[in-house]
Amino acid sequence: MTVEVANSSIAEDMDRVNRQIARRQKINSMVRYVLLIAVGFVMLYPLIWLVGASFKTNSEIFTNPGFWPKEPTISGYVKGWQTSTPYTFGHFFWNTFLIILPKTIGTCISASLVAYGFARFEFPFKRVFFSLLIATLLLPNVVTRIPQYLLFRDMGWLDTFLPLWVPSALAGDAFFTFMLVQFLRGIPRDMEEAARVDGANSLQTLWYIVTPLLAPALISVALFQFMWTMNDFLGPLIYLSSVDKFPVSLALKLSIDTTEAFDWNQILAMSVLAITPALIVFFMAQKYFIEGISTGGVKG
Amino acid sequence: MAHLQLKKLVKRYPNGFEAVHGIDLDVQDGEFMVLVGPSGCAKSTTLRMVAGLETITGGEVRIGERVVNTLAPGRRGIAMVFQNYALYPHMKVKNNLSFGLRLAGRPKDEITAATAEVAEILEIESLLERLPKELSGGQAQRVALGRALIKKPEVFLFDEPLSNLDAKLRASMRVRITDLHRRLKEEGRPATVIYVTHDQTEAMTMGDRICVMKDGHIMQVADPVTLYDKPENAFVAGFIGTPEMNLIPADLSIAGSHSLKIGTQTIGLQDTLASRIQASADNSEVTLGIRPQHFHLVDDGTPDSLTGEVSALEFMGHEVYLHVNVEGHSLIVVVPGEEYDPSKVRGSKVTLKVNEARAHIFDQASGKNISLT
Repeated sequence: MTVEVANSSIAEDMDRVNRQIARRQKINSMVRYVLLIAVGFVMLYPLIWLVGASFKTNSEIFTNPGFWPKEPTISGYVKGWQTSTPYTFGHFFWNTFLIILPKTIGTCISASLVAYGFARFEFPFKRVFFSLLIATLLLPNVVTRIPQYLLFRDMGWLDTFLPLWVPSALAGDAFFTFMLVQFLRGIPRDMEEAARVDGANSLQTLWYIVTPLLAPALISVALFQFMWTMNDFLGPLIYLSSVDKFPVSLALKLSIDTTEAFDWNQILAMSVLAITPALIVFFMAQKYFIEGISTGGVKG
Repeated sequence: MAHLQLKKLVKRYPNGFEAVHGIDLDVQDGEFMVLVGPSGCAKSTTLRMVAGLETITGGEVRIGERVVNTLAPGRRGIAMVFQNYALYPHMKVKNNLSFGLRLAGRPKDEITAATAEVAEILEIESLLERLPKELSGGQAQRVALGRALIKKPEVFLFDEPLSNLDAKLRASMRVRITDLHRRLKEEGRPATVIYVTHDQTEAMTMGDRICVMKDGHIMQVADPVTLYDKPENAFVAGFIGTPEMNLIPADLSIAGSHSLKIGTQTIGLQDTLASRIQASADNSEVTLGIRPQHFHLVDDGTPDSLTGEVSALEFMGHEVYLHVNVEGHSLIVVVPGEEYDPSKVRGSKVTLKVNEARAHIFDQASGKNISLT
């Protein structure tokens, strides 16, 4: 009898403790989420405001601090698309595309080749070369701007897209090469050796075996290169002078330059369009992207 | 099928470390040769030199009539099975199998036929459309085997192919591989095989001949029975056999009648062992080698026997392992289950008689067996 009473009181105690723990966990997670949402909102607010403001009239942008437009209009998009130049914004998007495409593809190919060489082959002065590669990572970009400019001027490449993508397509971006080297070091060599026994030469091994294994890392490389090129302002500013060759980043600046009273809603509308491709690509490749930068190899 | 020869093969790394010290080995046409040894004995390095995955510092590798030292792995007429399968993770099983043939530009119908044939031999027809990550360890190893088989190579190289499998699967794969080797021989296309393992059970059960290696040297090349019964040196004697052979330091006296002094105990040797000993010096330091199965438990006071104390006891069912301390040396004695006297427990005194017909005497300095006939 006493044992039963004792048992039931123990059960009640445990029940109470469990309920307390559950309540505390609930409160904890609520606080956590509220805090996260608040900080996230603060961080995202400029972006949300940008989207909202792109649908406002020019006068409302400065009178209404909220992001929800009172009289939504798409005139910013329509007029902004026309631009003040003979070209539409579509033309500038096309220019950006003409730079991004060879740059991204070239980077993937050249960085894979160089990384494969560093990760898998022994050759004289390999350590020295790899140190040099890392050293270029640490070099500030501005240091090389002027020599590069003079070099490309002598080659007759000014006002062409070439200076914007050729260096990257020749593995000029040490960061990507380094990233792929690290990724490759984490992949066991057995599969490549099996391919060699199967009769593949080094290039065939790279193409048929290594590249598919590198895919997650290559997607990260492509994504980074895509976004960085899309956002690159200084490069095109230095090398391009004809308006018909301007990429989106310069074209946005163009609309600020040419009119006395800026049409902010047009600028904001075109800014929204300019970030859209990068966002779409990022969300599409997000899964691989995270896999690429977070893993050093493949699972067994 | 081809005759494989290693002549004075040397591997030295750039840092000066010599892993393989000029070894010679002949593998006959269609022979199943097992390279066995403890880890670090350079058996895998040797195999990789044959495969062409490791450069050769000195000597030569001959496959058939060709010296293949500088040939690319794909041109040596070899196929290799790796320890962790090394299947191409992004290719389906059928593409894994046919990768080599596709690279060689063979016609499509030939590839399809070859894939089907290999799949049938290894019973993996149902797996052809799967990716390697959808296979179990045993299935993956069969696919890896198929990838080697499909090439119809002159020499098969196996690099510890079963060590990632569990014990049961390993046993069945062992039988499967030896069966395959026999079947190929019967079909008139015998396969020369070099099989690397650290597992002496695999070595003993699979090999036509076994090459025991240690520290980049070959210790002995022989068929399993010879290796077990007539080890050329103390290393081979200790390495082959489970539980391993007891190696007991002793002083050999050959003046008058032969006798062995182990600590304070002396045993006179019968003719069966004495007549085999090729020693000239008296009182030489030797090692008595005797397998755990080749002791008899005898009554106390039996002449020419060793006495000791049981320090541990392992009951295995069909036999009992007694760990006996004799003059500070721990010996293992295997007693058949039905002959085990339950009064012999930890701390009991036992008297052991050596089966001299099966005993060996090794020179302590060189490790050489000086009792071989």
